Amino acid sequence: MKTSIKTLLAGLAFLAPLSQPAFAETLRWASSGDVISYDPNAQVDSFTQSVHHMVFDPLVRRNKDLKLEPALATSWEVVEPTRWRFKLRQGVKFHEGQPFNADDVVATIKRQIDPGARNRENLSTVVGVEKVDEYTVDLILRAPYPLLLNDLAAIYIMSKPWMEEHDALKPGNASTGVVTYASNHANGTGAFKLKAYEPDARSVFEVNKEWWDKPQHNLDEVEFRPIASDATRVAALLSGEVDMIAPVPLQDVDRIAATDGLKVVENPSLRTIFFVFSYRPELHATPGQPNPLRDVRVRQALWHAIDTNTIQKRLMRGKSRTAGMLVAPAVTGYDEDIDVPLPYDVAKAKALLAEAGYPDGFKTGLACPNDRYIADEQICLAVASMWAQIGVQANVSVESKTTYFPRTDKGEFDVYLLGWASLPPMDGFSPLQALLATNDGTFGGSNADGLTNPEIDKLAYAASTELDETKRVEDLKQAFRITHDQVLYLPLHQQPVAWAMSSKVDMPQFPDEYVRPWFAQIKK
Amino acid sequence: MIRLLSVRLLQAILVMVAVTAIAFVMFRFVGDPVASMVREGATQAEKDAVRVALGLDKPVLAQFVKFVGQVLTGDLGTSYRYQQPVTTLLLSRLPATLELVIVATVLALSLGIPLGVLCALKPHAFFSRLTQSATLVGISMPTFVTGLLLILVFAVNLRWLPSSGRGDLVDIGFWQTGFLTLSGLKSLILPSITLALFQLTLIMRLVRSEMIDVLSSDYIRFAFARGLPRTYIYGRLALRNALMPVVTVTGLQIGQLIAFAIVTETVFQWPGMGLLFTNAVGYPDVPVLAAYLLFVGFLFVMINMIVDILYTFIDPRLRTR
Repeated sequence: MKTSIKTLLAGLAFLAPLSQPAFAETLRWASSGDVISYDPNAQVDSFTQSVHHMVFDPLVRRNKDLKLEPALATSWEVVEPTRWRFKLRQGVKFHEGQPFNADDVVATIKRQIDPGARNRENLSTVVGVEKVDEYTVDLILRAPYPLLLNDLAAIYIMSKPWMEEHDALKPGNASTGVVTYASNHANGTGAFKLKAYEPDARSVFEVNKEWWDKPQHNLDEVEFRPIASDATRVAALLSGEVDMIAPVPLQDVDRIAATDGLKVVENPSLRTIFFVFSYRPELHATPGQPNPLRDVRVRQALWHAIDTNTIQKRLMRGKSRTAGMLVAPAVTGYDEDIDVPLPYDVAKAKALLAEAGYPDGFKTGLACPNDRYIADEQICLAVASMWAQIGVQANVSVESKTTYFPRTDKGEFDVYLLGWASLPPMDGFSPLQALLATNDGTFGGSNADGLTNPEIDKLAYAASTELDETKRVEDLKQAFRITHDQVLYLPLHQQPVAWAMSSKVDMPQFPDEYVRPWFAQIKK
Repeated sequence: MIRLLSVRLLQAILVMVAVTAIAFVMFRFVGDPVASMVREGATQAEKDAVRVALGLDKPVLAQFVKFVGQVLTGDLGTSYRYQQPVTTLLLSRLPATLELVIVATVLALSLGIPLGVLCALKPHAFFSRLTQSATLVGISMPTFVTGLLLILVFAVNLRWLPSSGRGDLVDIGFWQTGFLTLSGLKSLILPSITLALFQLTLIMRLVRSEMIDVLSSDYIRFAFARGLPRTYIYGRLALRNALMPVVTVTGLQIGQLIAFAIVTETVFQWPGMGLLFTNAVGYPDVPVLAAYLLFVGFLFVMINMIVDILYTFIDPRLRTR
């Protein structure tokens, strides 16, 4: 009997390799959301953009350290402050065989800056594009603009003849009901070809053997599956149906980490979580009374009263990175000197409140989403109880992101939780322009609470046109220094990114939360 | 007969008008899609432009009139999220939901009727009691718990069946079917059991109580007295009459299943209309939400009408009224 089982096993072991094609390394990964469309101009969703990057190449891209490096453009120069010249890579082919040249870049940029493009603003300063020769292209800018390369890293180059053939030169658009062939098909120059796309079910990619770059992965195929339900996604990993899941529901991290053959990778992301203050004359919680939050001492007191250590250890399970400023270390404009939170000091907080004329504290609203950031609701509840110790009665309200964000936009809250990743430019200019500058139509798009500081406005406008990088970074740092000294916002931490994968998979994790399978290795 | 039909038709139209109004009003309050449609650092001008492009800056009444006009011409708008006409989107997801519902219904009927008959004929047998209490558990357990339990046992522990998705599909014209591949069939098992469980219990209990009712009626006793064969009495005389309400309930339940496959489809990432709906809630994709509600309203109105008409065929006495 023993021998027969052994023989059987030996036979099975012999058969096993036959059941799968030799050397086919497939990475199967599941995420909570799906790609919205394969049309690069039809959405602004950063997850969708990250998946597009497998199929398409931009002119410049981010390397393993997230620094910008040449991709389809090999070099560039600023001919005039408003004219940038790009030399293009020669000998590159699209997946369907079309050769890559300047015409493709011109057609792509035109499609990108078309008023009908949903993500038109990802390249907002470019007003025109000109072909110089077969492999040289000029981009014309509205004004001098230092972040052009950052913006271009998210602009994916499409093939002009392909778009002509399929009547897709104009971008798709939801409001006008334009759907193009490019919504469900993709033809790029990237490391992988899109083989199949079934919305809400899967996308299959096969390796592009004629990729212009030297592959740093050993994959033949990538299968992406959206699995919205947290429990099901974890089940898919535990049952071996997928090799990797991103993100991992926090409550399952320990269980997965303890499972043989699986590992969890966690690092702080770029997304900084912070509190926003209302600077209106009155708070919604106390109509008719002056707004205490307009006093810098009150804001300092609120910061001193938060025990960041406890939040980091208890709520974030030690995986977050406590922050003192609005941007993470990888973002340009980061300054170690001001990335320091005000120390936890209840006595000092009380003294500051008394000095500001609120010895017994005051009432305020405190709002949080419950389905957007990690432990968002719990953070609000914890902070409310910490503030209660200095007499500040925070009235916590919690709601879903679908109703929460429209309300933050309308300035309906007194104090509320917000996250900012500074993407896609990965530059301090992003929060400076959107959060800190006065809301006037072009700046301060997410500053709906009446914050206005002339000095910051001046620095924001300077940083938007300054081409001297050293000077520009100094402008950013100066603006963040004022933000810190005045406690214009109250930073808490950078929340972690958590992925779980089979121990056979070796995949670098990035703070911008992009999954980059072209850096993945699967052990044989 | 014609009067009956025209009255029903009028009622149906009234219901649909009400559903349209509710669909419209309700989804003006689920949230503002602009927040999820613009990028993180969007300026005020950008947000305003999106709002104008979607017509959200117009008065609510004007938006409603436009919406009704569109609905009447069969245009349900374009999805904010998928950027496709909503009608196309719903139709492309219909096969997945229908296949799931069909399998679940077949499962529920083919198990529910025999089990119900068995429990009625031998109400005190051990097997009947066991079935009765087992189905009580089935009917009181939330769908997502059933689904997750099945996943835990058959996907994670035993690794026999996939935990999510539809598997490989075959295109037959406009219809994508999972019936023709092994992985497609395997993928159907867990979600259809989950979806069928509630319906199975309902049918079983209905058949049982109807059957007990019928068996105690005079004509069955006379039939026994006349010495007719048992199979004839149970099969032809009793079961046939007991099945009348089962037709109604099954009809309505199919509507329920299509409409409320939402939970099952979310748990199993089944790419049908229910999953489309849950994804639309989070976005919020108002045209999809409104269209889905209209579709479900229409479905129930149609099913009710068909059931009413079927009655008049099954029971001729209703025709004279």
